[in-house]
Amino acid sequence: MPARKCPPPASRSAGCACALAPPPSRAMLSLPPGLRRRLREGPSSPPAPPASRAPLPSPAPPFAFAPRRLRLGPHHPLLEDGDVHRHLYLQGVLSSLAEVAEKPKVSEFSCHISGCCQAFDTLEGYEHHYNTLHRNVCSFCKRSFPSGHLLDIHILEWHDSLFQIMAEKQNMYKCLVEGCAEKFKSSKDRKDHLVTVHLYPADFRFDRPKKVKSGPKHVSSPKKQGGSMPMDVSMETSEQFQVDPMEIGPSENMEIPQPAASPGPSVPEERLYKSRIPSTICFGQGATRGFKGPRKKV
Amino acid sequence: MVTSSITALRKARRQEQLVSKRLLREDTTAEEGGQDGAEIVPDPLSEDEVKSMMFSMVMGVLKVLELLRGVQRGSEDRKRSLSCLRWALRNKETQQKFVRLEGSIRTLIGLFTSSLADMQMEAARCLHELSHSSDPAVAEACLPVTSYLLTYLSGHSVEFTELCLYTLGNLVVESEAVRKQLLPQGVIPVLASCIQSPHEAVLEGLGYVLSQLLQAKEAPTEIIPLVLDSVLPQHMLRLVCSGLKAGIGAAVEFAWSLHYIICSHTANTALLSLGALPALTSLLLDLASEIPEDAPEGLELLICPVLRCLSNLLAEETGCEVQIQDERLLIALFLILQCFLQQHPFIIQECLWLLNNLTADEHFFCSALLSLDLLPALLQLLPCSQMASVLVLTILCNIAEKGPAYCQQLHQQPALPLLLPTLALPDPKVVGQCLELLHLLFLHWPEAAADFVRQGGHQALEQHQSIPELQERAQALLDIIGQPLGASAFSPCHAMLSAFS
Repeated sequence: MPARKCPPPASRSAGCACALAPPPSRAMLSLPPGLRRRLREGPSSPPAPPASRAPLPSPAPPFAFAPRRLRLGPHHPLLEDGDVHRHLYLQGVLSSLAEVAEKPKVSEFSCHISGCCQAFDTLEGYEHHYNTLHRNVCSFCKRSFPSGHLLDIHILEWHDSLFQIMAEKQNMYKCLVEGCAEKFKSSKDRKDHLVTVHLYPADFRFDRPKKVKSGPKHVSSPKKQGGSMPMDVSMETSEQFQVDPMEIGPSENMEIPQPAASPGPSVPEERLYKSRIPSTICFGQGATRGFKGPRKKV
Repeated sequence: MVTSSITALRKARRQEQLVSKRLLREDTTAEEGGQDGAEIVPDPLSEDEVKSMMFSMVMGVLKVLELLRGVQRGSEDRKRSLSCLRWALRNKETQQKFVRLEGSIRTLIGLFTSSLADMQMEAARCLHELSHSSDPAVAEACLPVTSYLLTYLSGHSVEFTELCLYTLGNLVVESEAVRKQLLPQGVIPVLASCIQSPHEAVLEGLGYVLSQLLQAKEAPTEIIPLVLDSVLPQHMLRLVCSGLKAGIGAAVEFAWSLHYIICSHTANTALLSLGALPALTSLLLDLASEIPEDAPEGLELLICPVLRCLSNLLAEETGCEVQIQDERLLIALFLILQCFLQQHPFIIQECLWLLNNLTADEHFFCSALLSLDLLPALLQLLPCSQMASVLVLTILCNIAEKGPAYCQQLHQQPALPLLLPTLALPDPKVVGQCLELLHLLFLHWPEAAADFVRQGGHQALEQHQSIPELQERAQALLDIIGQPLGASAFSPCHAMLSAFS
């Protein structure tokens, strides 16, 4: 039970137990001795119930009792108290199942991936950082993906030189939805499928089509363009902070609130950005396709 | 506070609108404010304030991009604007203003899908706050987020995945539109692969999403068939049953999920064929044998749905009861009753329901209940509540209905002295069931009738002659006890009795 469910227990269960059903008097239930032991001993040979017999007559009116097993639906009144208890727990009114565990603080340490000097003081922070930036990274173009599934598809489509050839003969573009086995002739067809069948957003960020005529060969030759753009520099100096506009780019991909929503100072800065990043540039796209990555593999 | 929550929950349940959400927050006491744990909700922001917060958030991102030039440390700065937003989003009005602001959700998605790890986490927390809103419009504004939430469930960050799961679970229960979108987006296959995660926190969050999905009104037709077609049921069963060893939090969620599937009555053959009945029976035995004397906090949250699953599965007409002819099940039930009776009285009716389903058709369990000497304990439950009274009397009827040998034992135990005060209760349902029991006792074991008269039962019956729904049965019983013992009406029973003794 994670400790962070809240709100924390305020006035504890004694109160709510009483409130759930105030019965007249409930003393302890007295049970015959030795039950626990019998439970642990394992099944014993059951006492033989009275053997088969002639069926007893069913009750004559006005009596009507007949034994029956009850099947209760979700809204049966018998289940009300238990449901209420469950929801008190969900809403955090009851204490959680485990005590609050403080996340252990550790002395500050840095990410060990070369070129990354992000510092952390919790293991969880590091874990998330690593998983976001270093786990599913394309070794050719350094783009990072949220899942291995998306990375596999990316490598196949962007860096496998056979892919284009194969794609001309058969449907090669795999659906991005895990569990869907469909393949498509083009990324456009796939997008249509994602939007119509899976109700994905048309601008799904992890499905940027590969531009055949890519812009300046950004990643493969970062030094040529470096310096002029902060993002470029960042890639040069620290790969782990590669800020791909596909994922977070102010000019094209990230929605900036309308100027009306952004008071004065934003405008120049925004323009500044726009002027710095030619729209043709697609960050993170390896210009050299195939398996000759410009950098050493991670 | 608790009492008012309970009243509200009962009301919502009766209107079939019982919906709860979980909140995952990582708070410092300073942020929480009060020492008593009372939550402090921030004041609503004005429209302009929300706008300027958005603005500073965007500026923060731009600044980060600048900072990345060389600075890797001091990441606190960049998070500040987002954590301000997260704090402000605890306020319902601010939530509503935020989602109405053009581009706000898309901006949040931009950050949520970025590779700036701490920004991403903060954005996820903002979305989580939004998911907790009780305004369906806020949940629906989050529709564009669901495909990304699902995408990140395939990731590897425990904390981040957990946050995505609880956000999904909250959105799912608020809006049918969200559910309608999540199904084609592949939520079930994603959950089916996520359920193989080794992390308890992830599993618990996953169980939460499932339990929320399965409570939906369209679940029996739209969701449960998809769940059954996946590997989810077998894993759910495994995780419920390993609850004592692995994590109880996850086991609780999966047990409720199973309960919602089972009580929809659309999937029980499939679950029975997975071995649900023996697995849950053995879990109940383990639970009962390991409860310490002082009932541990929270165990009732697992026991309750497990009892329900067993009861409803037993109500299937498949002859499955043969598999669980184990008297230890009765012992377990009574140990659980003893343990939770005082603190969580709702467990009484849940246990008695199962006891009814065990004893209804099975001589085995009726006879085991008597031979284990559990009848006195069962009789002690008679005055607990109206519902408990009816159920105890029904179980006694189940036993009595099995014939003279059983009635003889009921008579010896002695049940009659407890039935007399029950006849005086004002509740016609309880009294009616009591009359049924007396009839069975008198029918199969006439000595009980004689004893009943000696104890003053005549008067107890007479007082019901004027109550329409009881008068016929009361009169019939009066007629029976008016006849001399051994009269012709009872002779067949005596003949039958000789076969048993």
